[in-house]
Amino acid sequence: MRELIALLSGLIFGLGLIVGGMTDPGKVKGFLDVAGLWDPSLALVMGGAIAVGVFAFAAARRRTTAWSGDRIDIPSNTTIDARLIGGGLLFGAGWGIGGFCPGPALVAMSSGLGSAAIFVVAMLAGMALHDRFLAPR
Amino acid sequence: MNLDWNHFTPWASLAGGLLIGVATALYLLGDGRIAGIAGIVSAPLRALLTGGNLAAERVRLLFIGGLLIAPWAWQLFAPLPEATVDAGPVAIVVAGLLVGIGVRMGNGCTSGHGVCGLSRFSLRSLVNVLAFMGAGAAAVFVARHVL
Repeated sequence: MRELIALLSGLIFGLGLIVGGMTDPGKVKGFLDVAGLWDPSLALVMGGAIAVGVFAFAAARRRTTAWSGDRIDIPSNTTIDARLIGGGLLFGAGWGIGGFCPGPALVAMSSGLGSAAIFVVAMLAGMALHDRFLAPR
Repeated sequence: MNLDWNHFTPWASLAGGLLIGVATALYLLGDGRIAGIAGIVSAPLRALLTGGNLAAERVRLLFIGGLLIAPWAWQLFAPLPEATVDAGPVAIVVAGLLVGIGVRMGNGCTSGHGVCGLSRFSLRSLVNVLAFMGAGAAAVFVARHVL
């Protein structure tokens, strides 16, 4: 049950990324290029997802267990620190340079886009480098 | 501010967003988990590299499997939309490293902090989103209008 839900969630998520235009780095850069010819489309991707998400999280708060029987795990961390902001700045810089964020990069890689595959390998290396050398304590 | 009407796809992007919202809701209410791709990818990677229990990561791995199947499922019905990449291989590697380090340091990305965090009105996530949106816009500004 939980495995099927996970596979289906990933599939629907990936289809949403494709329909929404997130898997096209050119479109991502068009969204981030607020000083040039601005394409606001991707704000609607995030807006549409949040419009559903708000109800999902409201429903999740009224329950303790998911359909699979697992505990519903909603983050409780409210810390705002330099790592949160610095991490966001580094991520954003990479997002702007390449036009890929993690989910769309995986989808684009699977569709056969070579630069997305290079990006994913570098991203995994970045994650590993962080956990090896930059993790707290 | 000049709008790029030729590339503006309000209905497709809204539909894509709704689908992402449905997937997020399904993973949350069905499996009790946050659909944050950075975490879904980094947790099994960490297990793999530290000799942890990879079998315990099967739910996340299946979510990734779903993401990887998506473009193939799409192609059963329609050609994939075109993807335009203007960054060279060196820039792509730099971008990947920055994204990998940044999402681990900030503990989330466009989905975890963006969609999930903002959907539960998390101030912590909003701060991260403003940081990555600002840095993304700055990077594109420098690349397109300064260099």
